[in-house]
Amino acid sequence: MVEPVYRALRVHEADNVAVVLDDVASGDEVRVQGGAEPVHLVARERIPAGHKVALVPLTEGQWVIKYGEPIGKITRPVQIGEHVHTHNVVGRRARIRLRDVA
Amino acid sequence: METFQGYRRPDGSVGIRNHVLVLPTVICANRVALRIGEMVPGVVAIPHVHGCDFDAERSARSDRTFIGFGRHPNVGAVLLVSLGCETADGECLASQIGEAGKPVELIRIQEDGGTYRTAEKGADLVRRLQAELNRMEREPFPLSELIVATECGGSDAHSGLSGNPAVGAASDRIVEEGGTVILSETSEIVGAEEVLARRAINEEVRADLLRVVERAERDLAFSVPEADGVYITPGNIEGGLTTIEEKSLGCIYKAGSSKLVEVVEYAVRPRRKGLVVMDTPGYDVASITGMIAGGAQIAVFTTGRGTPTGCPIAPVLKVATNSTTYHKMEDDLDLNAGTILEGTESIAQVGARIFEVLVHVASGEKTKSERWGYGEFAIAYTSVAEAHALCQRR
Repeated sequence: MVEPVYRALRVHEADNVAVVLDDVASGDEVRVQGGAEPVHLVARERIPAGHKVALVPLTEGQWVIKYGEPIGKITRPVQIGEHVHTHNVVGRRARIRLRDVA
Repeated sequence: METFQGYRRPDGSVGIRNHVLVLPTVICANRVALRIGEMVPGVVAIPHVHGCDFDAERSARSDRTFIGFGRHPNVGAVLLVSLGCETADGECLASQIGEAGKPVELIRIQEDGGTYRTAEKGADLVRRLQAELNRMEREPFPLSELIVATECGGSDAHSGLSGNPAVGAASDRIVEEGGTVILSETSEIVGAEEVLARRAINEEVRADLLRVVERAERDLAFSVPEADGVYITPGNIEGGLTTIEEKSLGCIYKAGSSKLVEVVEYAVRPRRKGLVVMDTPGYDVASITGMIAGGAQIAVFTTGRGTPTGCPIAPVLKVATNSTTYHKMEDDLDLNAGTILEGTESIAQVGARIFEVLVHVASGEKTKSERWGYGEFAIAYTSVAEAHALCQRR
């Protein structure tokens, strides 16, 4: 039996996350394309299609890099293969407080 | 050199459609405008809720948008329908539109005898205008005459991987041919503005970009409770987007790689050719309305979750970012960029397809939004007042 291939796409070589293109279950092997060669990792949890998976361990306060640019900061430690989303990332922008500008 | 078949207008601009526009100057005139539209098939009547407002900023915007639609090269003739007591000045609007050299008529419900008689008068006028326009023929024009609006709506994580980069490839091609591409939705440039700013042709353009982005960022900060800090929609989040930075970096791909030559305000016509940014809100319909009012003859719209919306006087070409959405809403979506995710087509190939279809649509081929008769119209007003919405998903 041929194992199904779960695909993910890394946009830029500096990225530390990739976008999974198929719904992925915990334990599934994921082939990450984009970059010189495909990289393989094991998903540590369920990740819906379109969502991000960590390509390297990420520490609290570290920038998440996608498209070669920072997109937000990690709020708690993340292991390779974990889901990276609103539960462990916070954006930086549009956070001017009213009293600073009013 | 690529050409398209278009209509030359008296002011030198080139349209890709030949509409008779029936525009109410206030909500109270909507019914008469729609009645005229029913009596004379083929004319475009646009009901709306603007035109009677003491707020100077809002009135300036609605005036500019009405005039932009009236003067638009896709519109060959205009009938304005006024009630008579609204703050919008029908005579002034007619005169401003008339400067474009096209036929403009004005009827007033209060003077012309109420609904029935005013509608009859209006229908007679537009029948004659339509007959004149029907005698026009398309002629070949270079793509430098085109202004293409770009938009993303119902975005998901695929937007930045497939649809937007493919539109970016098509945008580059249009600019290479001398045409103009508008990138909009300033709140979806927040977080990615440095990437764009690097491509500004001079300091002034760079400063203009950063200024409108800062303004949008402040509007976002005012409008969302601080504890929440979420500036993207529930649909975006379900689709995999985590932050506004991520969404914006994916969005600006639509602009391709050209230099940024100008930044314009809402519904203002660009003076330069090439890639420009227009300050519009993230609200799709209002964003498209602004770009069309600024002279864009066609819009290219990428969507991850699917949307059928159109514009009353311009074709809106829909590009799906993924095959699931494309097949679910094939009635409404013109092109599928999901093949990029499947590996069966490259970004360049899909970009070339989008470009080719765009030229066909410019020359007369209808988009699905046109075939269904979609024609959404909304004018954007920025607001810094705090609002407590009852029914917004967060």
